[in-house]
Amino acid sequence: MKVEQISIFIENKSGRLAEVTHVLGTAGVNIRALSLADTSDFGILRLIVDKTDQAKSALKAGGFTVSKTEVVAVEVPDRPLGLYGILEVLDRGKVNVEYMYAFVERCGGNAVIIFRFDNPEEAIRVLTANGVGVLAGERVYSM
Amino acid sequence: MEKAISTMRFYEEQMRIWDPLNECMGREELAMLQFTRLRDTLNRAYRNVPCYQNKFRSLGLVPEDIKGLSDLPLIPFTTKEDLRLNYPYGMFAVPLREVVRIHSSSGTTGKPTVVGYTRHDLNTWSELVARFMTAAGVTEDDIVHIAFGYGLFTGAFGLHYGAERIGASVIPMSSGNTDKQLMIMQDYRSTAVVCTPSYAMTMADRMEKLGIDPASLALKVGLFGAEPWSEEMRREIEQRLGIIATDNYGLSEVMGPGIAGECLHRCGMHIFEDHFIAEIIDPETGEVLPSGATGELVLTSITKEAFPMLRYRTRDITRLDYTPCACGRTHVRMKKTMGRSDDMLIIKGVNVFPTQIEEVLFQVEGCEPHYQLVIEREGTMDTLEVQVEVNEAIFFDEMKKQRAFVDLLEKRLFSALGVGARVKLVEPSSMPRHEGKAKRVIDRRHL
Ligand SMILES: [Zn+2]
Repeated sequence: MKVEQISIFIENKSGRLAEVTHVLGTAGVNIRALSLADTSDFGILRLIVDKTDQAKSALKAGGFTVSKTEVVAVEVPDRPLGLYGILEVLDRGKVNVEYMYAFVERCGGNAVIIFRFDNPEEAIRVLTANGVGVLAGERVYSM
Repeated sequence: MEKAISTMRFYEEQMRIWDPLNECMGREELAMLQFTRLRDTLNRAYRNVPCYQNKFRSLGLVPEDIKGLSDLPLIPFTTKEDLRLNYPYGMFAVPLREVVRIHSSSGTTGKPTVVGYTRHDLNTWSELVARFMTAAGVTEDDIVHIAFGYGLFTGAFGLHYGAERIGASVIPMSSGNTDKQLMIMQDYRSTAVVCTPSYAMTMADRMEKLGIDPASLALKVGLFGAEPWSEEMRREIEQRLGIIATDNYGLSEVMGPGIAGECLHRCGMHIFEDHFIAEIIDPETGEVLPSGATGELVLTSITKEAFPMLRYRTRDITRLDYTPCACGRTHVRMKKTMGRSDDMLIIKGVNVFPTQIEEVLFQVEGCEPHYQLVIEREGTMDTLEVQVEVNEAIFFDEMKKQRAFVDLLEKRLFSALGVGARVKLVEPSSMPRHEGKAKRVIDRRHL
């Protein structure tokens, strides 16, 4: 039920983000979702792509520092308090969220949110036990 | 009980002293011996080496003006530049017919420095190497594997003759071909290895790759020198090769290995003071610093015939420790060299060496020391930025972990340097590399 995400270290200087997208595009990789966390010096770019391993090796060959992590894609009802309902479930289940960001595509009537948990197994157990939809990796890469 | 006895015996064996008469001489007696020998050396150098004679004359000085060891600071320094100007044989104090061996220093910048040895000098050299090898626990029962390059460089021959003097079995492997080195080590049962500390790491890496268990080798001690290395590196070598790693010091210009070496207490390298007089000076002013101060090591050879060195500025930064050593040797100990006076940076009035920063980075696991120092001046304040290349081992997907890593580096740097540094993480390969050597320091203060 987990989704593979790649993270890239980028220095905060002009053109680096463009360079990443160029490398991925040339390697025939499509970006499904992305998030950028940054400080004044550097940023961490997180991506969900259709071909994770290909993306990783293309970026490494391009001189980038890349790591692979596992995240969880959750379906969120597209209505007021939709996200709240899920965060509330997690909170009650004492599951800690490291970070989260929204998926670009929608899934039927739902939005998709990517969560990074320090304990993904436990998070998935809590979510599914409470009837929250968790998306499989294959589903996410091909959306 | 039996175990305790064998341990005791082991230590007694290890604590041997090659030349107790000279190595454990009383300090007063030593000072007298030093002065007698210094006077002889001065006379010979003044008589036979025009460079020394000119230096003395330009100061209106004659050898007789040196009336005691306390007059040593009157003698002008000798520098690498002097050796270069007198290339190749100008500094020799004996005719070439009395010279039986010629070596040279590496000469990384320009021409190498040529040094010569008389038969007597070679004998002294072997004796001094035998001293530090014995101090490191090597005996006539050992099989000494020498992985220094044989050639003009003094390292291999110095250790070779010293090991033979002890009566050990010597394997003159020379450097390179790591797989062959390891094969010989396994088959010949080498018990002591001689090489640079970085080559010891290369061997450990290769052993790991080939799946050779260090415990399956007969190695017990390593004698490492020819380049500066940290205590961290010592621990790593000891752990990975399962040996005791010892340090020794030498300079081709002064003799080669055998100027100083560690005893098994490993609290600094004993400088063989019956052959060399050591001083510590302020590298900026040339002034002799009081006992215990950190500064540039200056060496005067007092027994060498072919190539006497008067107050040679080694450029190595260290500290001397005159407190008695538990091993019984009375000779002063020098600390591991901290760097070169030509690399020394003064930041906010504090002496900083790139090697100190390297050591901090090395301590943080997985952090290959690809780094660069950028020093700038904001108003009247110096700022130091340490740029560290990110690699997979120190890249974290979570921002708070990445920030914590930067904070850790900054904290460690502050406690190691005594001056604040800002750490900036940069992408790999973003630092220019020249012929494989990275330019470590960018000082923008004087631009
Ligand atoms: Zn000692």
